Amino acid sequence: MERPLIEKIRPDRGPLDIKEYERLGGYQAAKKALYKMTPKEVMDTVKDSNLRGRGGAGFPTAQKWSFVPMGDDAPHPKYLIANADEMEPGTFKDRLLLECNPHQLIEGMIISAYAVQADIAYIFLRSEYRLAAKRVMSAITEAYKSKYLGEHIMGSGYSLEMRLHTSVGRYICGEETALLNALEGKRAVPRAKPPFPQVTGLFGKPTVVNNVETLSNISHIIGKGAEWFKGLSLSTDSGTKIYGVSGRVKRPGLWELPIGTTIGEIIEEHAGGMKDGVGFRAVIPGGASTEFLTKEHFGVKMDYDSVQKAGSRLGTGMMIVLDDRTCPVGMVHNLEKFFAHESCGWCTPCREGLPWTEKILHAIEEGRGEQGDIEKLESLAGLMGMGKTFCALAPGAMEPLQSALKLFRDDFQRHINEKRCHYKGTVPIYGRSEAES
Amino acid sequence: MLSEDEKKEIEAEVKHCNHRQAACIEALKIVQRHRGWVSDEITEIAALLEMTAEELDSVATFYNLVFRKPVGRHVILVCDTVSCWVMGYEHIREYLSDRLDIGLGETTADGRFTMLPVPCLGACDRAPVMMIDDELHTDLNPEKIDEILKGYL
Repeated sequence: MERPLIEKIRPDRGPLDIKEYERLGGYQAAKKALYKMTPKEVMDTVKDSNLRGRGGAGFPTAQKWSFVPMGDDAPHPKYLIANADEMEPGTFKDRLLLECNPHQLIEGMIISAYAVQADIAYIFLRSEYRLAAKRVMSAITEAYKSKYLGEHIMGSGYSLEMRLHTSVGRYICGEETALLNALEGKRAVPRAKPPFPQVTGLFGKPTVVNNVETLSNISHIIGKGAEWFKGLSLSTDSGTKIYGVSGRVKRPGLWELPIGTTIGEIIEEHAGGMKDGVGFRAVIPGGASTEFLTKEHFGVKMDYDSVQKAGSRLGTGMMIVLDDRTCPVGMVHNLEKFFAHESCGWCTPCREGLPWTEKILHAIEEGRGEQGDIEKLESLAGLMGMGKTFCALAPGAMEPLQSALKLFRDDFQRHINEKRCHYKGTVPIYGRSEAES
Repeated sequence: MLSEDEKKEIEAEVKHCNHRQAACIEALKIVQRHRGWVSDEITEIAALLEMTAEELDSVATFYNLVFRKPVGRHVILVCDTVSCWVMGYEHIREYLSDRLDIGLGETTADGRFTMLPVPCLGACDRAPVMMIDDELHTDLNPEKIDEILKGYL
């Protein structure tokens, strides 16, 4: 099985310097693109590869690029931004790519920037990824020294500057237009679309924002071709995907697998199934903003369309497992507390609705719930659905809630009836140690 | 008063930006690095970047990790999000609270630690986790926490 994204990563996850990266074939794809291909040929290859965005929305990458104005009349400078603001709860895939193979990201960014003829590239990194910041910064410095960045890259006619921006917190910065505001030194609230960033983005100039994993795929697609990339997958989507599992499973972690690997295989084989003493209850398949799925979905392929058909979303592909000794009401309360805290406050339904939702859930969990609360939550979920708010934060927050109200309705009702959480005292504590003791 | 070093570092950031305001988050980070927090020198930073103090404060207070109040010598960021919660976050927070005699958002009497909640730290396979200053600490349990805290004086 081929694992292009992680194959160069050192087993000890130590820093991979430019010499080692080049020795393993790194920067050959950038040379190929800049010396032998036109920007349009690069874009066409990525289009043929059918690569879809790995940040969560799954939008076709080449199509996103295709809205950037090209040609002599196009406004400059144009920007390419790597969204490394990995803050989706349960998601830790970009951390691996940033810490352990930053040159793969930089090479992907050079090629992508060339395709849209960008002049300046930013890596927008979340504050808490300190090790990643150190390694990415040193990789950028190395790339400049080796003339992969700067004026006339490798003697070609193409020039690109690259900068690292380390953020200062807030989940909303991962929303691409909020990210642009953050880079401009403003409050990171989302912008109205249209105009789309590809036309009017950073400082009003054409801008493409792509996820780290998406960009990390680019050098491989250019190096080995669109057909090879399509052949990696087990479904209609192309390539591999970094999947991860957290929660009370035997081996929490992350794995690069063909896209379309089933949920069951990932949880039972790769994550080793549930820890002794706990059973599987449900899973959020792709970060916090996706709907719960159950054991009957173990056969579902983890690709964009299959997970959608099953009633959830692939999202980031990073699963959070709910076991049978953890309170589902408590878990959903924790999720909604996160979303309420991270709401940027820009639009009313999200700013007011999420704290209200959190308050009701907290009351139910603490045994202060009242008859009618479930219906109230259902109504709130409707009021914050897609299209009712300024951006996708609140609709995303409603996805796990809505599905929990269906799947775990009895648990919600029992909390209200008995005025207590019937899981209290049954929850094992302290992470891994309890399974081993 | 901003120090000469702070001003110099801020001007270096401004050079990379299209307009002066765009450097404001970097400027806040610089001042926080020098002082541990962003005091009412914010007025001076604002003037330097051709913003009003209110404008800059609206940016400073938006972001979770710009501190507008003094913090301890070390800042503990405890992940309170879903995977850590499933793996025992509440016990970790309670244990830290008992050990340090502070709640979330508070600073120990000796000024050694400030404890803050933080959204998902992206280390969910090693939950529960926390950061102290620049270091990530994973697979937490009480014994481990005791050991870790000794390293921060």
